[in-house]
Amino acid sequence: MRLGAKMVPFAGWLMPVQYTSIVEEHQAVRNNVGVFDISHMGQFVVAATPTSQTVDGEGAAATWLNSMLTNNVDKLDIGTGQYTFLLNDRGGIIDDLIVYRIDEQKYLLVVNAARADEDFAWLQDHFKGGHASGLPDSRDRMRDACATMLINRSADFGAVAVQGPHTMALFHALFGKDIELPARNHILDVPFNTTNVSVARTGYTGEDGIEVFFPANDAVKFWNATLERGKPLGIKPCGLGARDTLRLEMCYPLNGSDLSPERNPIEAGLGFFVDLAKADFVGRDALLKTKEVGPREKLVPFRMKEKGPPPRPHYAVFRNGERIGEVTSGTLSPSLNWGIGMAYVSSAHAKIGAEIDIEIRAQKFPATVEKKPLYRKPAS
Amino acid sequence: MTIPDDLLYTESHEWIKHEGDNIRVGITDHAQSELTDVVYVELPKLERQVNVKEPIAVVESVKAASDIYAPVKGTVVEANKALEADPGLINREPYAQGWIFVLKIENPDDLKNLKDASAYKKQIG
Repeated sequence: MRLGAKMVPFAGWLMPVQYTSIVEEHQAVRNNVGVFDISHMGQFVVAATPTSQTVDGEGAAATWLNSMLTNNVDKLDIGTGQYTFLLNDRGGIIDDLIVYRIDEQKYLLVVNAARADEDFAWLQDHFKGGHASGLPDSRDRMRDACATMLINRSADFGAVAVQGPHTMALFHALFGKDIELPARNHILDVPFNTTNVSVARTGYTGEDGIEVFFPANDAVKFWNATLERGKPLGIKPCGLGARDTLRLEMCYPLNGSDLSPERNPIEAGLGFFVDLAKADFVGRDALLKTKEVGPREKLVPFRMKEKGPPPRPHYAVFRNGERIGEVTSGTLSPSLNWGIGMAYVSSAHAKIGAEIDIEIRAQKFPATVEKKPLYRKPAS
Repeated sequence: MTIPDDLLYTESHEWIKHEGDNIRVGITDHAQSELTDVVYVELPKLERQVNVKEPIAVVESVKAASDIYAPVKGTVVEANKALEADPGLINREPYAQGWIFVLKIENPDDLKNLKDASAYKKQIG
């Protein structure tokens, strides 16, 4: 057999797949608390330029972001975030990200490591054009860009995700009893030692959790402090392997696997994060067309019917002997101890309860299309 | 990491126990600890004839599926059915109850191409 190293290159970073065991790390997050190094994620700041705030640039940053992202940033109060997409002209997904409104006219974009450079280049391209054109039309996205600045802060920040039912206890152990945990999807600056860190109540595991952003220089210090204060709570450091099994049980998409420039949010079943009522944004026309004619394929969660080999990405999906799609994510769910996955299948078969077959090493194994999420926490 | 002296080894992390006309095959302690959490084993069919280095079984962990190769030319005479119900045997007892299959070997001389414990130990460092 061939062995892969446990450290893998990931988007230019050397990342651990696992520290001890994917299953143990997974269970730590479901039952206690786990910590993930997410320093590789990218951070961009979009803000109004100082002059534009007082002159005619009112809301320029928001207007420009609304022209670039699918969700509606006008819905964000200061200190809150939303899940959203950056699309190409064909409506395909360049990246999925979270945008936080951190001040009146200042936004923080947290993007995937593997796409950070591409995202930034895409945003910059739609930005540079603005400076060059200088059109007077205030509805023009190029002109709004003139009153806005875009900065790549990815190298300045380290970040960890703390996830699991003991998140609140660990938050107080780290920051003190008197500091209040931000509400879901909210972000808050919190003092830690001599600096301020930003704490967002977000995550990718389906458990309660926070994501903490701090100056890159403090990364080791913060990581060690988290592990030490989490010790009495049963904390475990967790790698990319557990991150993948946890998110897949919740049917959260993984960019590069379930999302790609060839797939749009409607096909991915994530239309909830697209505001088609907005006047315009990159990719909107293509999405309207998809909505009108209906997507050819849809992303669906599925569960194997029998105990057997776990499904894996790129396995073919069949129905009555006819090929209808392909698996994009698959694993043995550690919580269910059962094979689960997500696949793009032709829309006609993308219905809850549909019987499908997954082809594994030239043999077909039955599965059923399920409802999201694939795993639900037992009521406690 | 355990590497028993009385076994033979392949570069691809299988162990081989010589039993008369047959060999018993599994994966090493090092291999199982790298994989962790074996969740499924696809066993070879009985009487299947295999060539050296032919993929013959599949061991799947949560993260990936790994091929197991035939250490020498031979015919499958036994497969460890216990792994179907309890694939974790490979993690817990890689050299005992975690064996995967038994091959009737064609030519005992083929075993000379395999590594002894000290050579395997050197390989995994």
